[in-house]
Amino acid sequence: MLEIKNLHVKLEDEDKVILKGMNLTVETGKVHAIMGPNGSGKSTMSYVLSGRDGYEVTEGSATLQGQELLDLDPEARAAAGLFLAFQYPVEIPGVGNMTFLRTALNAQRKVRGEDELSAGEFLKLVREKAKALKIDAEMLKRPVNVGFSGGEKKRNEILQMAMLEPKMCILDETDSGLDVDAMRLVSDGVNALRSPDRSFLVITHYQRLLDHIKPDVVHIMADGRILQTGGPELALEVEKNGYADILAAHGLTEAK
Amino acid sequence: MAASEAVTARLSAQAPGPGFGVARAAAAERLSAMGLPGRRDEYWRWTDPAALNTPEVAPAAPEPAEAPLFAEVNSLKVVFVDGVFDADASDDLAMAGVEIARLALEEPAWATGLYGTLEEAGQTPVKRPFGALNTAQATDGLLIRVTAQAEKAINLVYVHKSEASDPILHHLIKLEEGAELTVLETGPAGARFNKAMEVDVAKGARFHHIRVQGAEQDRRAVTHIFARVAEEALFKSFTLTVNGKLTRNEAYIDILGDDAVAHIAGAALGDGKDGPFHHDDTVFVTHAGLRGESRQVFKKVLKNGALGTFQGKIWVKPGAQKTDGYQISQSLLLDDDSQFLAKPELEIYADDVKCSHGSTTGAIDDTALFYLRSRGVPEEEAKGLLVLSFLADAIDEIEDEALKEEIVARLEDWLARHR
Repeated sequence: MLEIKNLHVKLEDEDKVILKGMNLTVETGKVHAIMGPNGSGKSTMSYVLSGRDGYEVTEGSATLQGQELLDLDPEARAAAGLFLAFQYPVEIPGVGNMTFLRTALNAQRKVRGEDELSAGEFLKLVREKAKALKIDAEMLKRPVNVGFSGGEKKRNEILQMAMLEPKMCILDETDSGLDVDAMRLVSDGVNALRSPDRSFLVITHYQRLLDHIKPDVVHIMADGRILQTGGPELALEVEKNGYADILAAHGLTEAK
Repeated sequence: MAASEAVTARLSAQAPGPGFGVARAAAAERLSAMGLPGRRDEYWRWTDPAALNTPEVAPAAPEPAEAPLFAEVNSLKVVFVDGVFDADASDDLAMAGVEIARLALEEPAWATGLYGTLEEAGQTPVKRPFGALNTAQATDGLLIRVTAQAEKAINLVYVHKSEASDPILHHLIKLEEGAELTVLETGPAGARFNKAMEVDVAKGARFHHIRVQGAEQDRRAVTHIFARVAEEALFKSFTLTVNGKLTRNEAYIDILGDDAVAHIAGAALGDGKDGPFHHDDTVFVTHAGLRGESRQVFKKVLKNGALGTFQGKIWVKPGAQKTDGYQISQSLLLDDDSQFLAKPELEIYADDVKCSHGSTTGAIDDTALFYLRSRGVPEEEAKGLLVLSFLADAIDEIEDEALKEEIVARLEDWLARHR
């Protein structure tokens, strides 16, 4: 599904190198988790994959189902099936959540040569998906993320995911700022979207999210690359012992 | 040319309309005393009045009319073509609870002592020469007296057909105690348009005004709203302006009674691609009553060298305690060539008031743009959504949901054409 090869990335405006030869393969239908200390490049990777400005790829590639992502505009990547759930979803006053969702969905459908959904069809679909995520109709009417609690914002991200039906979902610290109940709701939403033809890449600091969204593969990332890859037990080990041992084995020390 | 000669030339370029002889003569005298504005006048530093001062009008090509707005709104339509009343295109000027007369034809007794008085009140402390010129010269307009809740909105449609039209229209609107009226205005009106609207809102009355200034590139307009708001009364005005070589919209709102509310908002979109765009909002709100609430919300979206200005003042008079005054002026610059100039002012002579003002200039927010694009929304469409987002606070000043939707739809249209 997603294949990142020898990816080197620096900041556009400064000489700071953030990704230093990152390799990662996420198979179709699998859930991969990435953990790592602050500053390891996890969020940068998610931004670079989804096409945010401000980064320069100096080497390497990232393909989604064989298609090179790094040459595409963000909207084209989305239409190709990539979705990034933001750590901090953006508030957009004055733009209704429904307008936003419908514009996004129809724009993607158009690119893929599919018919745009009518207002009625869209409404039916969004109500059905929202209900499954316990998002009430009032929240759909409000402007995008404005006045939403942390939990509501993250549920709204999952609603977008449910509506847009991407093939590859990246969750950037979706658990940050969530209480236990909100985390469960969001996780349930993600789990409901798991399917044999959809893959997930879950970026998190904490093992507890992975209790809810059970990964097939866990990667430890630091210093701009993947240091170690294992099964779910690797996350438990980190939870218990921290990153120090893994970092030390690669000649690194914890960033202070 | 000496100042007085310029005024004489300007006044004699067109014959004044009939009626209201005393008020017209007094206004002409006011204009002669103050003279036409120049760049040295404090409130004309950013807007060159030359094109408004000349006796003769520079031609402006009428453009094909846009699809009419407010067609579905239950309204009484009144059409002026180049400032001339069009009886065939207009509805009967009759509505329960509302007396409507035409300035060109009648001088109703109720209007005699009122015509020009709100304009005159608005000349202090800042001179508004084109307001005085308007009172003196206006050839037509509506004289509207509202005694109840009007069953329909009054929908003023200004059509521009002649390349050299230079209409001067003056509307006088008096809302009696507890009355309510909505006035809609659309269209470019002429090559050059001078319009004044005096609005007297009596106790507990409610006035709503929604205006869309036409998208014609070459038109020039100078407009004034002079309002007087009595106790527990409400005044609300919203203006959408798209394109136009020169637009100066002035408002002078006197909150005289206690517990009165006045909101005035404007959204302007200027694209300098097809020619110069200059939009000027000059707003003056005075508080004399207790517990008055005022809001000024002005937003401008500028690109391709468009220029927007805002001069806004909240003036709290002695004794106007518990005043709640708010003013925000913001611009969204879509490129490096456009410019926004703002002069927010507060002048407060009461000690127990809450007044705030803010002014900002910014560009499209990169994070929000990326967020929308990451969901598959193409860049230009995403920018359009963010422009709407930026204008939302101003548009939200429209209370009526159906009218708001029409305004948003028109904005979306315009944005789609100007990508």
